[in-house]
Amino acid sequence: MRILGLAGRRLAASIPTLILILIGVFLLLQFAPGDTVDAMMAQMGGGDAATARELRKFYGLDLSIPTQLGNYLWRLVRLDLGFSSIYGKPVASVILERLPPTILLMTASLSFAFFFGLVFGVIAARGVNRWPDTLISTLGLIFYATPSFWFGLMAIVVFSVYLQWLPPGGFEDIGTVRTGIWRVFDIASHLVLPTLTLGLIFLAIYLRIMRASMLEVLNLDYVRTARAKGLDETRVVTRHVLRNALLPMVTLIGLQAGTMLGGSVVVESVFSLPGLGRLAYESVVQRDLNTLLGIVFVSALLVISVNFVVDLIYARLDPRITAG
Amino acid sequence: MDLTRLEINRRTALLTSAAIAANVINPMRAFAQETPRKGGVFNVHYAAEQRQLNPSIQASTGVYIIGGKIQENLVDLDANGQPVGVLAESWEASPDGKTVTFKLRKGITWHDGKPFTSADVEFTAMNMWKKILNYGSTLQLFLTAVETPDAETAIFKYERPMPLNLLLRALPDLGYISAKHLYENGDIRQNPTNLSPVGTGPFKFVKYERGQYIIADRNENYWRPNAPYLDRIVWRVITDRSAAAAQMEAGELHYAPFSSLTISDLARLSKDKRFIVSTKGNEGNARTNTLEFNFRRKELSDIKVRRAIAHAINVPFFIDNFLGDFAKLGTGPIPSTSTDFYPGPNTPQYPYDKAKAAALLDEAGFKPGRGGTRFSLKLLPAPWGEDISLWSTFIQQSLGEIGIPVDIVRNDGGGFLKQVYDEHAFDLATGWHQYRNDPAVSTTVWYRSGQPKGAPWTNQWGWEDKNVDKTIDDAATEVDPVKRKALYAQFVKEVNTELPVWMPIEQIFVTTITAKARNHSNTPRWGSTSWHDLWLST
Repeated sequence: MRILGLAGRRLAASIPTLILILIGVFLLLQFAPGDTVDAMMAQMGGGDAATARELRKFYGLDLSIPTQLGNYLWRLVRLDLGFSSIYGKPVASVILERLPPTILLMTASLSFAFFFGLVFGVIAARGVNRWPDTLISTLGLIFYATPSFWFGLMAIVVFSVYLQWLPPGGFEDIGTVRTGIWRVFDIASHLVLPTLTLGLIFLAIYLRIMRASMLEVLNLDYVRTARAKGLDETRVVTRHVLRNALLPMVTLIGLQAGTMLGGSVVVESVFSLPGLGRLAYESVVQRDLNTLLGIVFVSALLVISVNFVVDLIYARLDPRITAG
Repeated sequence: MDLTRLEINRRTALLTSAAIAANVINPMRAFAQETPRKGGVFNVHYAAEQRQLNPSIQASTGVYIIGGKIQENLVDLDANGQPVGVLAESWEASPDGKTVTFKLRKGITWHDGKPFTSADVEFTAMNMWKKILNYGSTLQLFLTAVETPDAETAIFKYERPMPLNLLLRALPDLGYISAKHLYENGDIRQNPTNLSPVGTGPFKFVKYERGQYIIADRNENYWRPNAPYLDRIVWRVITDRSAAAAQMEAGELHYAPFSSLTISDLARLSKDKRFIVSTKGNEGNARTNTLEFNFRRKELSDIKVRRAIAHAINVPFFIDNFLGDFAKLGTGPIPSTSTDFYPGPNTPQYPYDKAKAAALLDEAGFKPGRGGTRFSLKLLPAPWGEDISLWSTFIQQSLGEIGIPVDIVRNDGGGFLKQVYDEHAFDLATGWHQYRNDPAVSTTVWYRSGQPKGAPWTNQWGWEDKNVDKTIDDAATEVDPVKRKALYAQFVKEVNTELPVWMPIEQIFVTTITAKARNHSNTPRWGSTSWHDLWLST
């Protein structure tokens, strides 16, 4: 019950933020030259002025900007995200189609980054300033500094073109229809390279944070007490240090869930995955306002819910922080 | 590029298509090459998804590459670039040019089993080509009615003379037929059939997963005997060009049409035996790089300044160093690939001459001021291809050398069209002019005055010339092909003299295709055609 109350309060508090974000994006897109009809003409390679006028009327672009904004918000109140001009169907269903690949990719690469960040962070902290630490830190720096599109392309060249171990792109195999567990394996094999590409950059951040936070906690009094009790080092680390050192990591995962949604435009393009990032990019280029606002809305909801879960995890890791 | 290999492929391709068309077995064929193989899946790179797939209402390569396999046109172009009947069997124009009669092929059915008749042609022409189709609405402006005395005859009635050779060269692109029974009710633009097209073509639409792929399968009831060969075509949506090149190498793609790969990847793959990289089969999709002048800028309204700018840019150097084999020096709005209308290179040209450029500017009264600057300009490059981006940087550097600093302002597609063709917020603009086999289709609109504000790729320069207007209008209704050609030669001469737009580079799209493909690139607009004779060798 307490959790439900908390969820309700959280949601209520985020509504003003959400509305401000939506209005902001709406106005920003008005500053971009050209509208969806111009974008359509660009794509068609021509069109006459009468057609353009007719299309503008059809998309409701002949109305004044405040009216358009008003209409949009009023529709949103009725939970209607509107109609996508590039896809010719409701925005809600367009987004729903794109959500599974994005969420799969996001969860997979965040888990990958989190898990290996944790492991390498701990190893680095335990061997601080010795070779494991230097090696891990250097690798982390390289991963962090390399642009993800290059990583992605190189991964395709090595694993798909030369070794031919993994598919170079797409979400699943089109040639053969698979069902059940085979389909799961097929999708998983398509997601290995994108997950690694997206995950490596985040891995670098996690391992730095984990290392720092481990080093800090290792010097605290209660760790000395634990050691004085005669516990061996592995026990000290797993039972006493890790739990407290995890707090900054959990904070970070909450923050990065949002970044991952946007950060995946590049990875989705390189691996031709049908995700939200590419959809957002396309709707900006095509000036498809409804779709873009829909994505902002859904992403904001995702970020809010991830942060809510993070708060719950805090309370679990450190009982001193109550979920109130 | 391996020229010997290309030559052999072109010859075998021509041989097979001729043999199939004549429907005879040439004893030499077995000797010359393998027998066509049925079956196989052909994977095509689809770089930019469109909003719909029906070529009757949108004329663009992004639609033809898919819709052109599913729906068919009245006529297409053969290997020599001459009109050849597809859904139309024969045609005839009245001497006054106001009536064109098409005899349609009998016994063709739509993919849903309904018969194809002249009523479909009438409906498509009057409701789609004339009202919605880009360039179609201009071409068919004076079309008053299509009469259908019987199911196999469609008579096009024009208010003004329609040159038959113009119509026949425009119809391959602007002559796709849609089924009346699927479109007669409701708004054509919003019809769901646009995203699951139904046609008479060799391939039947199966599935479209937005952002991922489109599938079409063999039409078992196709009207051409023994066609098609392929079982299935899959178009894969890949927005990243480098990733598409990698997928070609991994064997996931067979064909990357219309220069969809980067220039460096094209150069690299052309050295790979597994692929053929060539401009062949794209002659019908020629384009020129432009430099568009805004006459609202006082300096640019002076013809000496426009000529000076042209003289200041070393086009051959640019082509050699940045575009390589895939481009050549242009001589005006009608490219050399257009055998019917190309007037030859003897029209006013502006070869690189920096001293002359400086002299012309001095003469026009724009002497270098402080720091050697004469005046500065704003250049808007279109975002359609990397060649435009390179070309705009080259313009910037070249003009900088004669004392005209250039500021490059980049926009995305919608933004570029809005700023150049609607708001006229540019000094110089550069993009592509697409030549569509006859200058009246999409070329003369770049020069004819009186274009409505906001119409993209038209004369929005603030420039008007009564003589040019008259030449354009005369040519558009001239029925005699010889006189028409002469009128267009005169047109090129006039616009090259006045130079409201400079078109100094000619390009043809580059095809990258697997070396296993047979009967490919055998017509001037092959990427857009139905691929009924395409097959894959093992």
